[in-house]
Amino acid sequence: MNIAQLPILSITTYLPLAGIGLICCMRSTRHDLIRWTAFLTTIVTFVASLPIYFGFDESAWQMQFVEHVPWVQRFGIDYHMGIDGISLLLVMLTTFLSALAVLSTWSAVKENVKGYMVCLLFLEVGMLGVFCALDFFLFYVFWEVMLIPMYFIIGIWGGPRRIYAAVKFFIYTMSGSVLMLVAILSLYFMMYKATGEYTFDILKYHGFGIPAGTQFWLFLAFFLAFAIKVPMFPFHTWLPDAHVEAPTAGSVILAGVLLKMGTYGFLRFNLPIFPQATHQFVPFIFWLAVIGIVYGAFVSLAQDDIKKMVAYSSVSHLGYCMLGMFALNVEGLEGSTIQMINHGLSTGALFLIVGMLYERRHTRLISEYGGVMKVMPRFAALFLLVCFSSIGVPGLNGFIGELLILIGAFKASVPFASVAMLGLLLGAVYLLWMYKRVMYGPITREENQGLKDMSFREIAYLVPILVFIVWIGVAPKTFLNKIHASVAHLIEQVNADNRLAKTMDYGTDYPHH
Amino acid sequence: MELIIPTINFSAVYAEIAICVFALAILMAQVLVKPSQNLLGYVALLGVLVALLINTYVPSAMATPSSASTFSGLWVLDNYSRFFKLIFLLGTGLTILISIAYIKQEAMPPGEYYAMLLLATLGMMIMASGADLMPIFLGIELMSISLYVLTGFARSRAISNEAALKYFLLGSFATGFLLYGMALLYGATGSTRIQGIFTYISQNSGNNHLIPIGMALLLIGFGFKVAAVPFHMWTPDVYEGAPAPITAFMSAGPKAAAFAALVRVFLEALPAMHDQWVTIIWWIAVLTMSVGNVIALVQDNLKRMLAYSSIAHAGYVLVGFVAGGQLGTPGILFYMLAYTLMNIGAFAIITYIGGLGEERTTIKDYTGLGYRYPLAAVALSLFLFSLAGIPPTAGFMGKFYLFSAAIDAGYLGLAIIGVLNSVVSVYFYLKVTVAMYMRTPEPQTGPEPARPALAVAPMLALAVVISAYGVLRLGIFPSVYIGLVQNANLILK
Repeated sequence: MNIAQLPILSITTYLPLAGIGLICCMRSTRHDLIRWTAFLTTIVTFVASLPIYFGFDESAWQMQFVEHVPWVQRFGIDYHMGIDGISLLLVMLTTFLSALAVLSTWSAVKENVKGYMVCLLFLEVGMLGVFCALDFFLFYVFWEVMLIPMYFIIGIWGGPRRIYAAVKFFIYTMSGSVLMLVAILSLYFMMYKATGEYTFDILKYHGFGIPAGTQFWLFLAFFLAFAIKVPMFPFHTWLPDAHVEAPTAGSVILAGVLLKMGTYGFLRFNLPIFPQATHQFVPFIFWLAVIGIVYGAFVSLAQDDIKKMVAYSSVSHLGYCMLGMFALNVEGLEGSTIQMINHGLSTGALFLIVGMLYERRHTRLISEYGGVMKVMPRFAALFLLVCFSSIGVPGLNGFIGELLILIGAFKASVPFASVAMLGLLLGAVYLLWMYKRVMYGPITREENQGLKDMSFREIAYLVPILVFIVWIGVAPKTFLNKIHASVAHLIEQVNADNRLAKTMDYGTDYPHH
Repeated sequence: MELIIPTINFSAVYAEIAICVFALAILMAQVLVKPSQNLLGYVALLGVLVALLINTYVPSAMATPSSASTFSGLWVLDNYSRFFKLIFLLGTGLTILISIAYIKQEAMPPGEYYAMLLLATLGMMIMASGADLMPIFLGIELMSISLYVLTGFARSRAISNEAALKYFLLGSFATGFLLYGMALLYGATGSTRIQGIFTYISQNSGNNHLIPIGMALLLIGFGFKVAAVPFHMWTPDVYEGAPAPITAFMSAGPKAAAFAALVRVFLEALPAMHDQWVTIIWWIAVLTMSVGNVIALVQDNLKRMLAYSSIAHAGYVLVGFVAGGQLGTPGILFYMLAYTLMNIGAFAIITYIGGLGEERTTIKDYTGLGYRYPLAAVALSLFLFSLAGIPPTAGFMGKFYLFSAAIDAGYLGLAIIGVLNSVVSVYFYLKVTVAMYMRTPEPQTGPEPARPALAVAPMLALAVVISAYGVLRLGIFPSVYIGLVQNANLILK
């Protein structure tokens, strides 16, 4: 059988389930066996996802590796999977970070390892499913299902306020998504009335001409679901709680992948399905994005807890993603997409680093540290590199994303882009200031004298991220090429309909040559 | 005067006959042979299985639509009633599985218990098949009286007696409304046949004020039976006081039966008044969902919490009723099947954890359950997530069905209120998982609590497995059942 004929997306998505099956058969006291099984499962999943990356045809914008099987025929629900350039990178990010996340919890989680690993693997299934699903129903199932493992990860293995954080995370996310469900169903019946076909096929809704007034409301419903997930200001309040209370691996996955589901949702649904509403909403989203950027940065500046600081910096960084996306030009959208990956890598790495500190000292307060560089030189070097990546120092990944986003934003609106620049400056301030207080100076605390430098395992899960941080920074073309065709097509979809709408509005008779 | 005996098509009542025969046989056996406690349970189970098989395959396989009428039009056996009977029998079967160990533990007389259970089921089946107000009323009474008795079955527990008395008093009161409504409709239209009432109203579009009054009284009566707000007051007390397997039973079958009769009477007999009753039911649905969910938020007793949750679920079903159309009624059928599985599944675990005399039913008692009884906790979590409507479970698919129906019929506002309500409900369902997994048990002051007396209860475990399988099956591969419920839609004129 030809490898191209294998349902490779489904195989990748459901491989973690096999790991779950194996782990369930194991005695819960055999922690190491369970850890290794989980780790190998994520590695195998990552390897299984490599053919997707290498087999991807980057010249085409069409969905690739498509699997299409009827599921609930009577309702037009299909099992429809497929990826384009945008989802390709997110799928790879997911399989990559999941493996590292498992590795990072080796010593951090000591109780109930079995349940923890089952949750992590289950989470991976949900995340991959969200990025691959091309059927509304299927998408919604994955979107909701992934709440359950994350809820347990935060609630069982989290910090002191874990229960509050877990429940808040669940309810916040769900309240957004149920309205999206109503919007999906409204679209579905609208499609039926227009074409006589019951279908949940997402692609059929791309470019499906919806009256502008209706678009507005449907856009709003989807917007709410995704804006909560991103999270955009002012829907971000669940994020610091969830991040701070979650165990390290939970934060890594949360920041690295889960937040991207929000931005991905905008790219996959809001932009192509509601092009006119998208244009209408641009100023509104610009406002929220810029407020998020500046507000997130200022709040980060004020934190005395490193993890909280990183959490708020996500609000700021995701603001850039939204700003670039709604610039609605090639630079902005490509920058936004690549920034999703960058944020996943650099914030993921930051959480891993905070996790390392926390495992050693069981505190995340900046004031508890100081002079750590002297006892942990290797750690200091890698930490600095990650901070630079997050700040956007040229030569590293963050620079590429932010530069493209700002080019795009300046083309769209000079005032908004100028204010957003402020965020860049503040980003450097809060990260470097934190770095200075934690790493430089004399060692003020007795407990910090004996801190061990990074172990081999810790280096093993941080270095792969750094490789990509540098790779994207130095040779962004490798990755940008993958998304180029998809982004170009997306822009065509968003703008073509807008031109059409304007034509209709003014009743102008355009010559058709 | 010559007595005319109509030709009776007995094949339309085989399932009912089977249940009736088994119920009476169990009563007789209790008196005459005094068999072991468990044996009677298995006999009752056999009766349910036989009826289930008959219901599925006679007169033809359920997948093909069929309709038969007999007893001069008093009785109708269509796919609608057959699917409802499937739900009742499934609910009864699962209840019996849960009860076998429970009856033994609580030393209850098994003969009466199982006979009452089967008779209540018979009542429900009559309600689903009644094509005339009289058999529907007889069915309701048979079901209700059996339930009054079953509610008070834990004779040594004051709370159970209190529940039975309350249920009986309020239930009789509601029956009065129902009967009065039926009488008024008969008085106005000259017929108790659903067909006859329909024909009269469609031919005489006059201003007969008795019809709307009768309709309103019927709605009150049925509203009581399905526990719709504001006729829900009895539910929490009765659900809390009744023995846990009976609470499980009551929340599923009888509620479905009341919906079966309500939907049939209103859609088949009173379609002409649709505009009038649909507005009322719209409001009742909104109130039922909201009141049920909001009050459930503050409950500490799991049985009581699920009682309020059951009120809320009746509200979701009413959404499907308001919507009607191609999706509404099938949505109700699908939802009731899903609800039966997930709710009885949840009550099975509650019965299991409750222990002797149901001492442990508060959320506090569930603290740390995830570590002491991992499988029970996983199963309960599954049922609760399903009740909350999280995919990929039956509960999600059911809500998806009902809210689709509402949106299709143009009730967008109702759908939005409905989905927001399910967000509210998430909070109290999560409360249980929080207790089971996330809270550390308080240090024991007294002696270590004994393991639940039902620790070894293979039949109860079987009920949980069946429910869990059903919940996932309906959630992930619902096609077959969607086909069945679509075929089971009422054929309206």
